[in-house]
Amino acid sequence: MTIPKDIPEKWFPLVLSLKRKKQKGLNGTKSKKRWTEEERRVRANDREYNEKFQYASNCIMTSKYNIVTFLPVNLFEQFQEVANTYFLFLLILQLIPQISSLSWFTTIVPLALVLTITAVKDATDDYFRHKSDNQVNNRQSQVLIRGSLQNEKWMNVRVGDIVKLENKQFVAADLLLLSSSEPHGLCYIETAELDGETNMKVRQSVSVTSELGNQNNLASFDGEVVCEPPNNKLDRFCGTLYWRDKKYTLTNQNMLLRGCVLRNTEACYGLVIFAGPDTKLMQNSGRTKFKRTSIDRLMNTLVLWIFGFLVCMGVILAVGNAVWEREVGSLFQSYLPWDPPVDNFLFSAFLSFWSYVIILNTVVPISLYVSVEVIRLGHSYFINWDQDMFCSQCNTAAEARTTTLNEELGQVEYIFSDKTGTLTQNIMSFNKCSINGQTYGEGTDPLAPQPKRLDFTPFNPLADLDFCFYDDTLLESVKVGDAHTHKFFRLLSLCHTVMSEEKSEGELVYKAQSPDEGALVTAARNFGFVFRSRTPGTITTTEMGRPVTYTLLAILDFNNIRKRMSVIVRNPEGRIRLYCKGADTVLLERLHPCNQELMNVTSDHLNEYAADGLRTLALAYRDLSEDEWEAWSESHRYADKAVSCREERLAAAYEQIEQDMMLLGATAIEDKLQEGVPETIAVLSLANIKIWVLTGDKQETAVNIGYSCKMLTDDMTEVFIICGHTVQSVRQDLRRARERMIELSRARDGGKEEGMEGCFMGNGFREGQEGDGTGGREGGKQLQCPPPSSNLMDNISGEFALVINGHSLAHALEADMETEFVSTACACKAVICCRVTPLQKAQVVELIKKHKKAVTLAIGDGANDVSMIKSAHIGVGISGQEGIQAVLASDYSFSQFRFLQRLLLVHGRWSYLRMCSFLCYFFYKNFAFTMVHFWFGFFCGFSAQTVYDQYFITLYNIVYTSLPVLAMGIFDQDVPDQRSLEYPKLYEPGQLNLLFNKREFFICIAQGIYTSVVLFFVPCAVLSDATQSTGVPLADYQTFAVTTATALVIVVSVQIALDTGFWTVINHVFVWGSLGLFFSIMLALHSQTLFMIFPNQFHFVGSAQNTLLQPVVWLTIALATAICIVPVLAFRFLKVDLKPQLSDTVRYTQLVRQKKRKPVDRSEGGACRGLGSVSEGRLGARGGSRRSGYAFAHQEGFGELITSGKNMRLSSLALANFASRHSSGWIDTLRRKKPTHAHTTPSASGESSPAPSCVSGSVPPLSNSSSVLGGSQDTPIEEETGAAPAQNTQTVPALSTQTPPASEDAAPQGSAQAVDAGVLTPAAVRSRGGDSPGGWTITLGAVQEALFGWKARATASNSPRPPSVPMESSQIE
Amino acid sequence: MMASSYNAKEEDGHHPGASNNGGAGVVKSKKPDNTAFKQQRLPAWQPILTAGTVLPAFFVIGLIFIPIGIGLYVTSNNIKEYEIDYTGADVNNACYNCAKNFSWNSTTPCLCSVPFTLEQPFESNVFMYYGLSNFYQNHRRYVKSRDDSQLNGDQSALKSPSKECEPYRTSEGQPIAPCGAIANSLFNDTLELYHIDSNGTRNAIPLVKKGIAWWTDKHVKFRNPGGNDNLTVAFQGTSKPVNWRKPVFEMDPSDPENNGFINEDFIVWMRTAALPTFRKLYRIIQKKSSTTPTLPSGKYVLEITYNYPVRSFDGRKRMILSTISWMGGKNPFLGIAYITVGSICFFLGVVLLIIHHKYDTRNSSADIPS
Repeated sequence: MTIPKDIPEKWFPLVLSLKRKKQKGLNGTKSKKRWTEEERRVRANDREYNEKFQYASNCIMTSKYNIVTFLPVNLFEQFQEVANTYFLFLLILQLIPQISSLSWFTTIVPLALVLTITAVKDATDDYFRHKSDNQVNNRQSQVLIRGSLQNEKWMNVRVGDIVKLENKQFVAADLLLLSSSEPHGLCYIETAELDGETNMKVRQSVSVTSELGNQNNLASFDGEVVCEPPNNKLDRFCGTLYWRDKKYTLTNQNMLLRGCVLRNTEACYGLVIFAGPDTKLMQNSGRTKFKRTSIDRLMNTLVLWIFGFLVCMGVILAVGNAVWEREVGSLFQSYLPWDPPVDNFLFSAFLSFWSYVIILNTVVPISLYVSVEVIRLGHSYFINWDQDMFCSQCNTAAEARTTTLNEELGQVEYIFSDKTGTLTQNIMSFNKCSINGQTYGEGTDPLAPQPKRLDFTPFNPLADLDFCFYDDTLLESVKVGDAHTHKFFRLLSLCHTVMSEEKSEGELVYKAQSPDEGALVTAARNFGFVFRSRTPGTITTTEMGRPVTYTLLAILDFNNIRKRMSVIVRNPEGRIRLYCKGADTVLLERLHPCNQELMNVTSDHLNEYAADGLRTLALAYRDLSEDEWEAWSESHRYADKAVSCREERLAAAYEQIEQDMMLLGATAIEDKLQEGVPETIAVLSLANIKIWVLTGDKQETAVNIGYSCKMLTDDMTEVFIICGHTVQSVRQDLRRARERMIELSRARDGGKEEGMEGCFMGNGFREGQEGDGTGGREGGKQLQCPPPSSNLMDNISGEFALVINGHSLAHALEADMETEFVSTACACKAVICCRVTPLQKAQVVELIKKHKKAVTLAIGDGANDVSMIKSAHIGVGISGQEGIQAVLASDYSFSQFRFLQRLLLVHGRWSYLRMCSFLCYFFYKNFAFTMVHFWFGFFCGFSAQTVYDQYFITLYNIVYTSLPVLAMGIFDQDVPDQRSLEYPKLYEPGQLNLLFNKREFFICIAQGIYTSVVLFFVPCAVLSDATQSTGVPLADYQTFAVTTATALVIVVSVQIALDTGFWTVINHVFVWGSLGLFFSIMLALHSQTLFMIFPNQFHFVGSAQNTLLQPVVWLTIALATAICIVPVLAFRFLKVDLKPQLSDTVRYTQLVRQKKRKPVDRSEGGACRGLGSVSEGRLGARGGSRRSGYAFAHQEGFGELITSGKNMRLSSLALANFASRHSSGWIDTLRRKKPTHAHTTPSASGESSPAPSCVSGSVPPLSNSSSVLGGSQDTPIEEETGAAPAQNTQTVPALSTQTPPASEDAAPQGSAQAVDAGVLTPAAVRSRGGDSPGGWTITLGAVQEALFGWKARATASNSPRPPSVPMESSQIE
Repeated sequence: MMASSYNAKEEDGHHPGASNNGGAGVVKSKKPDNTAFKQQRLPAWQPILTAGTVLPAFFVIGLIFIPIGIGLYVTSNNIKEYEIDYTGADVNNACYNCAKNFSWNSTTPCLCSVPFTLEQPFESNVFMYYGLSNFYQNHRRYVKSRDDSQLNGDQSALKSPSKECEPYRTSEGQPIAPCGAIANSLFNDTLELYHIDSNGTRNAIPLVKKGIAWWTDKHVKFRNPGGNDNLTVAFQGTSKPVNWRKPVFEMDPSDPENNGFINEDFIVWMRTAALPTFRKLYRIIQKKSSTTPTLPSGKYVLEITYNYPVRSFDGRKRMILSTISWMGGKNPFLGIAYITVGSICFFLGVVLLIIHHKYDTRNSSADIPS
């Protein structure tokens, strides 16, 4: 309710300085100014005419205040916030003497403090805004005034002026391009600041004006532009130029927008159409809506409840007052008459109500909101400062651009990710090619020893050093002079729209529209066909060291429909040739029939490349005769000039010439994944976060990326692809997918008893066939034994994936199918939406927000992700290749996708944790503080007498107790950051909203009230008859006040000490400092000196000194503290001891580990490696899989992840899975694993089959219990083995066979042991290697011990422990 | 390694030099400082509630509290206290008539005497208190109805008391000194104590009326206006509080150190009580010799000059005789509370220990050799 409206912008004035035009500038000017503008008329060089319309000037004002208006405006704004108004209201109440139960300063001091802090913050922000405004407004530009160029400040540029721009200058306003130094009125601009795209764009002036040329002509130019009113559409402009009685249509192609930079153009002239706040840049700025966290909303609700509570208490006490005044007060009038206006008890009660509202208002302290902001700000700084989220390549640190959302980072359940630039680097590398039926680039076998990277320098001095290629046969082929290869690369060097910049000889920089093109041109460059420079009519290349200049006849540009581009060039010999590159589907249709054979071979290659997840293009050429060219050129010119349907006509013209082409080959470009993407996705999904990929890419590409980043795995039961074009088909697809899911999972459920056996039978059979251990893994993999499932949906979630196409998504998002889509999609582990529009991205996010009530996070890097970023609860921008548009819209930004795991699992988690403990404690301390007044009311005739000194009331929240809790809110950590990454399950409490919810709130409140009762009644009982050691009574009001206040401060300090889990120096300083401050301030306020100066203000003179010298007082305080804290301590201890959360356990094991830190046992390494080889073996078994090509899938140290999703669960990360609420996983895995290794000992396998089913059947809770929450890892093993004897003695024989390696061959065969243990508890082994805490790292020895122990105990006799095990687990749960 | 981007307080200086590889000052690295603070790696103590810390804590609390409690209880029990209710609320009471016939205007004081017997001798100094019940000295309007400036001897406040004193601010056009409801309702019963010998003679017991107020109150908070020379002059132009029989400068004409605002009975009254039932120190009976008890057991008579009406609001008036110890007067609650809390802690410790041993799940994991 009171969060300052635009904190984020306030805190980040500089970044956003350009964005915030609209607040004042736009709204201000616009609303003040006029009627809504219908159309805009601008006459060049005619200021008087234009002034009639009062168009906005080019002066930009983003600041809100000036020196004079600051105070009133700022105060007005601040008092618009409910909390501030409320406190103002209280202040007014306090000025009424009959009501005033507290001095006015108890409210005004905190209020003034809060207002001042906010005002200072606002002022600083505004100062920076002024500065940046001034800087922008005072930029110089050349304006054509009365025929001569004059330097003007930007803010003095008017609509209708003609402005001259020079190369690399910023465009000052939205200009209509009139003429440029380049031929045909062309000019190039960079729009990075506007839409974030870094590539250059071409703009062209209307032909008539482009002929104007010099400034003399321009000065007399008096054309009039009529166009649309200002709007925020960056890619659209629609207007007409009237000049010399002719009409010329104007489009976006003629516009230079503010924020762009002129490039590669010497100079150009433009007519100012929109200025200042009307420019498209400004119109586009501004955050659409203010995001708020769920904690915020909860907090606001709670504050409202507290208000209700406050009113209730007020009413109770007022009723009490009425009764008291009637029964007692009226009789007591001889000593205490009523205040003059009061003449009956009801009126007195009414006044008493307000008096109590005043003194009880501290239950909702004014400092709450400020403290929350401070804490969030601190968290934001920690994000900004995090070195682990700093990308050294791009020199960018992570940035929290919003300070209000931090704790929500700890509650994310859904992540919506863009693909290009987010999951992938958007760096294209030329990977393979097929030339004339010969494929090159196959040398990149990831499993083979690292091949040598080709060195191009001796061959080609112009080569790009960063270019990597490994197949030297291609280079040989170029060197030999193979004609096809030469043609191939010549095409690549000519057929593109890349711009080059050659700063010094040989130092080429290519600026490409798309990274693909850049990659291709760079490849050609390295293979000896160097594109050097281009003019509108020529292309200069260096072919094999020989400079060649081609005449560029035409560019048949690329668009989404054509999916190809061509150039027509004339080589120095005069031959005309068309070069074409494009999507294979389009291009192969347009080949000359004689290419049939080559086409087949190339198609095979293309399929191969596509299967490898590479982006492919086919290349072709066509020789043209002079006549053909002439004829076509004519028709092209005709089409180009066409007034209507120009696009279509041009396309037809292009179509006409792009026929009968000769196939050259194909290229394959690799879209590189960002660093650490699969690992991050694995970790995030272990943290129960669902990741949806929303991409504009093709389905095939998207699915491929899905596989390569491990969202999709081969082990998934089924991947549903929904690509229906009609509502019906989409609905059907969805329904079918759901039915299939239910069916499959039902089949498993049903097959839990019989199916399981059958499965194991199969296993036995296979063993019989294969006999030895080699087939084991394969068997294990193929066997897919259905895991037991207590919950259908949980089980489903691990196994399915959904891929949906853009057009199907459009139908699925319709109102009547929404729920169907959501239920289907959410049952899937991975969802990929391809071919989606930016709007659809936002719709999907909104859909989940609406139906799932879950916290969503959207991450993206491009302008197309902005809508999604804005609509998600949290938007994350990747500051990468595609510029800053997404970053500007985002709440957090960093440069690598993998930082997301740190942002969420470390920072988000901590923020959530800290915020929750902060709020709990905050409400607690205020209730403990305030409710004492309530109890006192019953003893002071409900007169609203405060218990404490008024200074104490003033300072309690802002001095005595604020800093320790702030320190906790900013610095607290339950487990170190590495641990949160190691155990992603630690993230779960946030998602489930466990740490601060209504229940927790009531617990805090109850604790606070309990404390207040103790704090009131204990001193009350002790002091009522107490005397000092001198016989002077201690029962006076002031002593009571001092005692209670001291006890309160001590109790809340002890409580914060209990709550603080991470005692840094700062915490120590703050906690002890606050206590010290309390005593010193109190002694100072009660000192004689102050009393001498203001006898009427310091009534408490001498109280502290007298009181605190009494042993009785200290005994009272100690007693009260003990009574308050002991139950809390006992309760917390029981909670940690009996129902430990995962974080408690991790913390505990950390402690244990610190105590007995030992060098890591090396023997684990072997097992680890063994495990690795297992996975490699499995990879081999899958060799034929169609996704073999991705090099990154075989990144080092990532062996397990590639094997399968299930295996992934048992990776180091999966350790936490043990503790998971929903982790039937580990048992499944265990069970699935068991037969795998069991059949290495054939004798055991046959009998082993019943055991797991029996276990699962008889102890169902185990399957989904978080049994190991606090337990060691051997507990699960014990459970499984131990549960059986507890339930059913028949399983005992099975039991012994269930652990065959342990019982039979483990002891004699050390190596087998290692392998077995490795398979059994790979998690344990892995985590051990991964430096995890001792308690969780069960060593191999421990596993074996457990197994042995079990076997021994189970076979020998029923030891006392087994029966207790299931009980324990259920308790834990 | 370029040091410019790192600040001086770098705490663990082994950051990788690669962070700004070769940038050599051209491109300033935006890499965040590698300080323990910024990286949230401040060394910290991370306490955990383990059985090893919590259970001993319970036992220690128990073991500390129980002896303290016993000590307090014993001390409290050794204190002798005797209480007489002389309100005169019922017919049998000696002061019944005084209470019944009380009128504000009566000039002749009503006297009554209450005989009582002390079964045990009171050793050491005996403190004599008066106690009032159902008297709301802690009422907000009552508490604030005073002017500390005036009581501090401030001349201007003497002449124009604070508005807080209303309706006892002025009387008959003159400012009231001391103003306010507290002063106005000053307790003005006179209590005298007589010991009755075995042969029936009444011996007045000397009552010391000084040393009963807080030192700070007497010497700092309360001061007579215009020095101490002539209080009558100093208080000229002021009026006595409505309920008072005599003006403030006649509180104790015999002793200028105990007269006017610094009269200790007045100061004691002005220190308002926290609860509606309270006792205030009235007199001290000093121990005369080390051999005889201050108040030997036997018969006594309490002579009361009954001036203070409490019956209208069901108030009660008491006289209390009490000895004290290091911890003050009789206070059984504290001792019992300490014993109780200590026992509960001990008991809780035992219970938690049992629970811990029986149900603890973490024990095993902690014992895993790592």
